[in-house]
Amino acid sequence: MLMTASHGAGKILAGGTDLLIQMRSGRVRPGTIIDVKNIPEMSTVVAEGGGFRVGAAVPCMHLVENKAFSAAWPGVIDGINLIGSIQVRGRATVGGNLCNASPAADSVPAMIAAGAIASVMGPNGRRELPVEEIPAGPGKTSLAPGEVVTSFYLPHRPPRSGDAYLRFTPRSEMDIAVVGVGVNLTLDENGVCTAARVALGAVAARAMLVPECAAALIGTKVDEAALEKLAAAASAAAQPIDDKRGTKVFRIKVSGVLAKRAALVALRRAKGEK
Amino acid sequence: MLTKTKFVAEDLKVVGTRPIRPDGVPKVTGMAQYGADYSLPGMLWAKILRSPHAHARIRSIDVSRALELPGVKAIVTKDDFPEQSFDYIGPDRVAVNYWHMTRNVMAREKVLYEGHAVAAVAATTQSIAEQALALIQVDYEVLPHVIDVDDAMRPDAPLLFEDMITRGMTPPPTKPSNISRWAEFKTGDVDAAFAKADAVVELSFKTSPVHQGYIEPHACLARFGADGQCEIWSSSQGHFFVRAYTAKLLGMNLGDLVVHPAEIGGGFGGKTVVYVEPVAAALSRKTGRPVKVAMTREDVTRATGPTSGSSMTVKVGATKDGKIVAADAVFKLQAGAFPGSPVLNACMCSFSPYEIENVRTVGYDVVSNRPKAAAYRAPGSPIAAFAVESVLDKLAQEIGMDPVQFRLKNAVKAGSPTFWGPKHAHDGYAETLQALMAHPEYQKPLGKNQGRGVASGFWFNGGGESTATIHINEDGTVMLATGSMDVGGSRASMAMMAAETLGVPYETVRSTVADTASIGYNHVTGGSRVTYATGMAVIEACQQIIKDLCHRAALTWDVKDEDVIWENGHAKPASPEVGSFEPLSLKAIAAKRAVTGGPIVTESAVNAGGMAPGFASQFIDVEVDPETGAVKVLRAVCAQDVGKAIHPSYCEGQIHGGVVQGIGWALNEEYVYDKQGRLENPGFLDYRIPVASDLPMIEALMVEVPNPNHPYGVKGVGEANIIPVMAAIANAIERATGKRLTQLPMSPPRVLEALDA
Amino acid sequence: MSKQHVSTVINGNPVEFLCQPQQTLLDVLRNDLNMTGTKEGCGTGDCGACSITMDDRLVCSCLVLGVEANGKKIETIEGMSSGDGLHILQQKFLEHAALQCGICTPGILVAARSLLERNPDPTEEQVRFWLAGNLCRCTGYNKIIEAVLDAARVMRGA
Repeated sequence: MLMTASHGAGKILAGGTDLLIQMRSGRVRPGTIIDVKNIPEMSTVVAEGGGFRVGAAVPCMHLVENKAFSAAWPGVIDGINLIGSIQVRGRATVGGNLCNASPAADSVPAMIAAGAIASVMGPNGRRELPVEEIPAGPGKTSLAPGEVVTSFYLPHRPPRSGDAYLRFTPRSEMDIAVVGVGVNLTLDENGVCTAARVALGAVAARAMLVPECAAALIGTKVDEAALEKLAAAASAAAQPIDDKRGTKVFRIKVSGVLAKRAALVALRRAKGEK
Repeated sequence: MLTKTKFVAEDLKVVGTRPIRPDGVPKVTGMAQYGADYSLPGMLWAKILRSPHAHARIRSIDVSRALELPGVKAIVTKDDFPEQSFDYIGPDRVAVNYWHMTRNVMAREKVLYEGHAVAAVAATTQSIAEQALALIQVDYEVLPHVIDVDDAMRPDAPLLFEDMITRGMTPPPTKPSNISRWAEFKTGDVDAAFAKADAVVELSFKTSPVHQGYIEPHACLARFGADGQCEIWSSSQGHFFVRAYTAKLLGMNLGDLVVHPAEIGGGFGGKTVVYVEPVAAALSRKTGRPVKVAMTREDVTRATGPTSGSSMTVKVGATKDGKIVAADAVFKLQAGAFPGSPVLNACMCSFSPYEIENVRTVGYDVVSNRPKAAAYRAPGSPIAAFAVESVLDKLAQEIGMDPVQFRLKNAVKAGSPTFWGPKHAHDGYAETLQALMAHPEYQKPLGKNQGRGVASGFWFNGGGESTATIHINEDGTVMLATGSMDVGGSRASMAMMAAETLGVPYETVRSTVADTASIGYNHVTGGSRVTYATGMAVIEACQQIIKDLCHRAALTWDVKDEDVIWENGHAKPASPEVGSFEPLSLKAIAAKRAVTGGPIVTESAVNAGGMAPGFASQFIDVEVDPETGAVKVLRAVCAQDVGKAIHPSYCEGQIHGGVVQGIGWALNEEYVYDKQGRLENPGFLDYRIPVASDLPMIEALMVEVPNPNHPYGVKGVGEANIIPVMAAIANAIERATGKRLTQLPMSPPRVLEALDA
Repeated sequence: MSKQHVSTVINGNPVEFLCQPQQTLLDVLRNDLNMTGTKEGCGTGDCGACSITMDDRLVCSCLVLGVEANGKKIETIEGMSSGDGLHILQQKFLEHAALQCGICTPGILVAARSLLERNPDPTEEQVRFWLAGNLCRCTGYNKIIEAVLDAARVMRGA
């Protein structure tokens, strides 16, 4: 209601780790700031229907420290654990990371790969949509005026499932991803991949789900040949730009390299190995 | 006149130990006050309006709307700063030109870089000052700009100064250009020598400018009274030069300006210039109220001096048994908006570790549309070393010699000639190479995608003017003051040298940094000079105090002055014949001072010469990810001749810090500009300095070859450690991958491109 | 914009202040409460010099609004030592010469204390990754890491 009342000049404040920087630089001059951290649905993590409902304003560190969630979704945690620094993660939230809509946001590819569903509240009530449909371009979401993402639902994990997120940055911490890849896969009892979702970040105007990458894995044992196909599909899907963080050529090549490496981590986790 | 004492030996009780520094507790409790931590009642906040254009003529500045904003108390522009005459003042390598300096502090005819200051506002709150900036209207005529040094040297390049005729060339050129200065140093006949060499390597290099990256942005507080007296609290690397430059830029007498040294949050050379002090003082003068200025991080990166970018070519020839016979180099360094890159240093330091009979180095100081370069840790030498040490590595490979042995074969020692001036004052270089070879890890083989790189470096080290005062308190404790800003723990070293010389416990010596009204002139804290030169002033002051104390003991015992000696903190009879007097401690003599001559004080000033150069040699191991070009530093072993480590922990700290800065310079740091010449990475997010998780423990090997000209053998330590790092890493990458990178930074896209080529 | 009233507890003491809604907690601490121990290095959460803890959570105070401190427990460097003694981390930083210019030191001490409260026996790598959000330009991090590991050892009674 507050959002509608502020006539679009309002800004949601969750962790503030993007908003305050934008206010300082003058990029954003909010008329009203709406602090959502005390809204129960937005600030809790609960088990629900065999999966998890994660509030959009839960700070990253809370999720990292949540044993049950971390055990189920280590790949999502990989991404969350790379946002900024410990200090930033003390405040930053997955909802903010998604809705700030940087194409390089670290939690987004793994959330997309996880098949997370966003729950959105607005003037016309509640609706659900896959998270990949929310970012619309750099700094833009598909949300209508007055809409707020309140929580995410991550589904039940079938047995022999594993996920992983890897990114490339010049420094080991503190950087914005030059390329980010999230892989989520499930194996059957024979080690054959029966389901997969692969998402790329930082190599297009928004993070994207890449069905061709999943297709390269499904029906295979994620062997060398499948990984080569996966890498090729990832490089082909990347549509990066040259910018101050990386060149086009670099990003295209590294998309493939990281897709392979992330898939191998997800595979190990699906097999129950460390 | 410093009397030499034979202290350099095992008798040392304090020098060489690791006591706690006197400014330690304030710094770990948040009580220490840095430039931005001061405030005064009635204080105003200042903000600076900066050019959005890389190059433009200023047609007009209209501040009227800003002045109307409630809370705005004054605005200054160039009209508030007197014009300065155009003159290069001082020694060549560090010449100052106030005509340039006043324009850098506040633009006059033109803006010459994005971020160039054009006006400043003082208001009752920060937020009002910010709003006022937006109301100042500047009419710019945007001009074409040029940033890269090679581009700036092209005949069709846009000119920053339409009347700039290159200095140093005979005959001088007839047309203006962006080349402020040309210099050449040579000895022997390089062309003939190359013809006779068995192996010759010639390579060209490019480096990006890099910022010193101090975590503390520039900040100060100024209070200008109606009586024309002004006080400034600022973080700098030398409050005496802050006083000199600020007074000159405001047209004041030195005696009317007192500068108080705030603690400094990092400088590395970048705080040996003024940006905010003249602005704060001018605003305070205009408003009659104290004014505080604090730069933002973006202002710091956009508008304060980094070190130069460069374009270089180096050619070296050697015989097949490893004797270097000829060396030739061209260094083109980017000065930024005003002349003064460290190109002369680059020319001189480049081949200085080596005895070579035929050398020629040529340097160009080139202006371009980015902030004026300022000193950065051994200015010019690291840039030259990247090129020279890479070429030497390739040459060593071609003749099949181990890179350390190759350097050892050509290493300078005490008395070796330099190609630019005096002979080398002292040994030390060979010892750093030997330290590397003796290190257990040096022979250790490496694994796949791993490589080991070796490089060396030379720095002059500085001497210069310093003053120290000593007062013996009534209870025998010692007050020691100098005028040298403490950037890395020098207050501790000063106290240690005083305690050693006087023969008293370290805890009884209180070491402080005095303001400009309370002590004689001190040159900057930089050039690796403080422990050496200010240390000498301290020791000389102690020697004078000892004479005084002995004289007072002589009065007490009614003997002659020469019958008294000073030993272990006590006055004693020089021999049993003088008499059987109980030794008198410092405390006892101090208690009787009123009847022996009054307060026990002395001041000593030096203009120190006799400094010995700094040499550093390193081997660095890296691992390269062949699929992404990421380079990980596995190990860095860094030997440096420190003369004598007064406080070993702080010497080690200098080595650790300089090496890590070099790692950032080698792998990640650079300025990224858009097509309009605006900086795209002004913050610490995208101007990437190394973080703790990127690094191994750096190993510092302190080699001690004491300087015979200093009572404790001190040589400057602060700078030589950064010099070899970039070449060592380039050489390591080459050994790991077979590809040699000749451009800095060696960021992953560049490394990957080289691997895939 | 008129100021808002905030009630908080800072270093164990109840504190009230007025601030504008868009003011950061860093600005309030330094310029309104005169607690200049917390430093500004960048203002954008990239350097960690402004680190504090809020309800025991390590954060950058430049990324927190002053109004968000309402009802929270804030701890800054000024509260780290107690009485006439230093915290063991502060003592070890002095012994190990883990500071040169000292500007990053308050932020690093606050961050290190937060680490050791959660993980009393960290490895070198864990310390490095925890402190990755705190930039230091002077020390190369060597002696900082050594000091933190030594303090951890003492705090464990090892």
